[in-house]
Amino acid sequence: MSNAPILKISGLEAKVADEDVDILRGVDLEIRKGEIHAIMGPNGSGKSTLAKVLAGHPGYAVTSGQVTYKGEDLLELATDERSRAGIFLAFQYPVEIPGVSIANFLRTAVQAHLPEGEELDLFDFSDILTDRMELLEMDISFAERHVNDGFSGGEKKRNEILQMAMLRPSLALMDETDSGLDIDALKTVSDGVNKLTAENPDMAILLITHYQRLLDYITPDVVHVMMDGRLVRSGGPELALELEQDGYKDWRDDEAVVDTD
Amino acid sequence: MPQNDTIKDLNLDEYKYDFITEGKPKFRAEKGLSEEVVRQISAHKDEPEWMLEYRLKALDIYNKKPMPTWGGDLTNLEDTLDEIYFYVRPQDQMERSWDDVPQEIKDTFEKLGIPEAEREILAGVGAQYESEMVYHSLRKEWEDQGVIFDSIEDGLKNHPELFREYFGTVIPAEDNKFAAMNAAVWSGGSFVYIPKGVSLDTPLQAYFRVNQERMGQFERTLIIVEEGAQAHYIEGCTAPVYSTESFHSGVIEILVKENARFRYTTIQNWSNNMYNLVTQRALVEAGGHMEWLDGNLGSKLTMKYPSCYLMGEGAHGEILSIAYSGNGQHQDTGGKVVHVAPNTTSSIVSKSISKGTGRSTYRGLCKVYEGAHHARSNVECDALLINDTSRTDTYPYIEIDEQDASVGHEASVSKIGEEQLFYLTSRGISEEEAMAMIVRGFIEPIARELPMEYAVELNRLIELEMEGSVG
Repeated sequence: MSNAPILKISGLEAKVADEDVDILRGVDLEIRKGEIHAIMGPNGSGKSTLAKVLAGHPGYAVTSGQVTYKGEDLLELATDERSRAGIFLAFQYPVEIPGVSIANFLRTAVQAHLPEGEELDLFDFSDILTDRMELLEMDISFAERHVNDGFSGGEKKRNEILQMAMLRPSLALMDETDSGLDIDALKTVSDGVNKLTAENPDMAILLITHYQRLLDYITPDVVHVMMDGRLVRSGGPELALELEQDGYKDWRDDEAVVDTD
Repeated sequence: MPQNDTIKDLNLDEYKYDFITEGKPKFRAEKGLSEEVVRQISAHKDEPEWMLEYRLKALDIYNKKPMPTWGGDLTNLEDTLDEIYFYVRPQDQMERSWDDVPQEIKDTFEKLGIPEAEREILAGVGAQYESEMVYHSLRKEWEDQGVIFDSIEDGLKNHPELFREYFGTVIPAEDNKFAAMNAAVWSGGSFVYIPKGVSLDTPLQAYFRVNQERMGQFERTLIIVEEGAQAHYIEGCTAPVYSTESFHSGVIEILVKENARFRYTTIQNWSNNMYNLVTQRALVEAGGHMEWLDGNLGSKLTMKYPSCYLMGEGAHGEILSIAYSGNGQHQDTGGKVVHVAPNTTSSIVSKSISKGTGRSTYRGLCKVYEGAHHARSNVECDALLINDTSRTDTYPYIEIDEQDASVGHEASVSKIGEEQLFYLTSRGISEEEAMAMIVRGFIEPIARELPMEYAVELNRLIELEMEGSVG
């Protein structure tokens, strides 16, 4: 069914794996293919945790609820399996892997996404990489640098978008992609994302952001507000503007969670 | 080639070269070390009288020197040494042509990929099987330039004056207990002479392996690089796994004359029950340039500190080393740089990986003598720990007797982090491959200095060693 959600989250609760700290306290969300959803909320509301839990971060444990991705139980899949199933997480803080070139890293990742037994042709890979870097207006020499090692904030985020372009996900989770970027870098990065959505209109995106400014460049279909581990309100793009004006403070007062325990 | 498939295709168990070829040695001395054994070795090699005397004197020094009490644990070593054969000779003479090499020995080389390497890459192979060279080829143009690349035995036989002038001058028998042992029972190794001004583009390569149970291997290598000459020597070793403890104690002496450049590359992958105690040292004259590139995998205990003695003004010494310690293994390695003359420079870069209960120790010395003004030295050691049970220690000794010298030391210890693993696995890469990738990245600064085929081999060995490190 074409209008069935690609992602369906019901009553999701999660905590830090080694501690008894609940972070997600019952998240419900449905995303259909091609939709762009934005989750906004104050620091500590659980929005980054939601992205990490969906990608399978081992530091969090799901304590309750279901997540269905393309009709299957997502929580049953290991981190690498989720990626191969088409989920991509653009990191808020991309990790440095010294001594490993971006080209080598991408080749390994693309190979991992091929069906079992299928061998990635190195010339094909080189063609794809060149094509993707041209699309994102990146210099090919960038691929020879070591993954995120000594990168500026903007370079790190562009490297995330390059990976997204290479892996062509069905669902991209973008965790505070705008953080640490100046306005030019923000434009470049948003531009890249928009090119990818234009190319693949079926790709669904979940944007996690603290600020409204990212939404000036990537227009969401739905905006959600997260407070204390729950999505407390949803609406159109105008909701983001409202938040920008009034801040999150009033929300906490008015709509604060009824019962936390 | 994708790395996942590389691991699967190799389809090998924990130790890659765990096989033993049935060999029939022609001569084997009795177990243990005695004057009788030393005399037998010398007689079998048909050596001149001075060498027999040298060996006997070294035996005496060996017997008088106490076992070292620093470094790794040598408490069971004396018992091991009583059970070792100090000399095994597989054939009566050197083979010059591949066709003359016995089939069983060819089989062993086949498994190690030697024939291919010989055909395609290796220009001159000194392949050491058991204690002596059995196969040795040298490119004709090198011979024409006066380059000598021989077994150490042939060096003594064919170039007696040159040999005697330099043998034991860089590392005398008195240097340490194991140098004395080697001086008494040495067998096999290379003799290399690069004449003045000769520059070799293709590396000289020796490949050898120990293949006789409880056989000690005491290779001795002497290399003389004359004024303004340039060369690169590569040695790689693998040894099969045995149930009893084995022993390797080599001595490598190198003389780098004025304005000469030399690099000595070793990748050693000993079986897990091997004691590997090696003394290797280079004397570098004015304007000379010496590099040690040293990779140590496997063994029960390795103690090895390649050193550069910078004797002449402007001499430069470099030591790049990589050590990998798996379960129950201890790599006690590092380097020594000794600045004797003014304006000498040196650098040590040491990287170690410890997995399971493996332990890596960096032990280094930087010594600057009075008068070696404007000496500069930099030491960097980085340790990577894979598991909570892995261990690493750093012992940087610095002795400076000259006011006007600059010495730097940096050390770091890191663990493979959860965030690094999450980042890579979130891109679809399996956890095992992610681990291997992080380790490969860690050793990349060293691997990139290796010739391509060695870098590939090193990466594969590391991948094999990393198997089963997940969970």
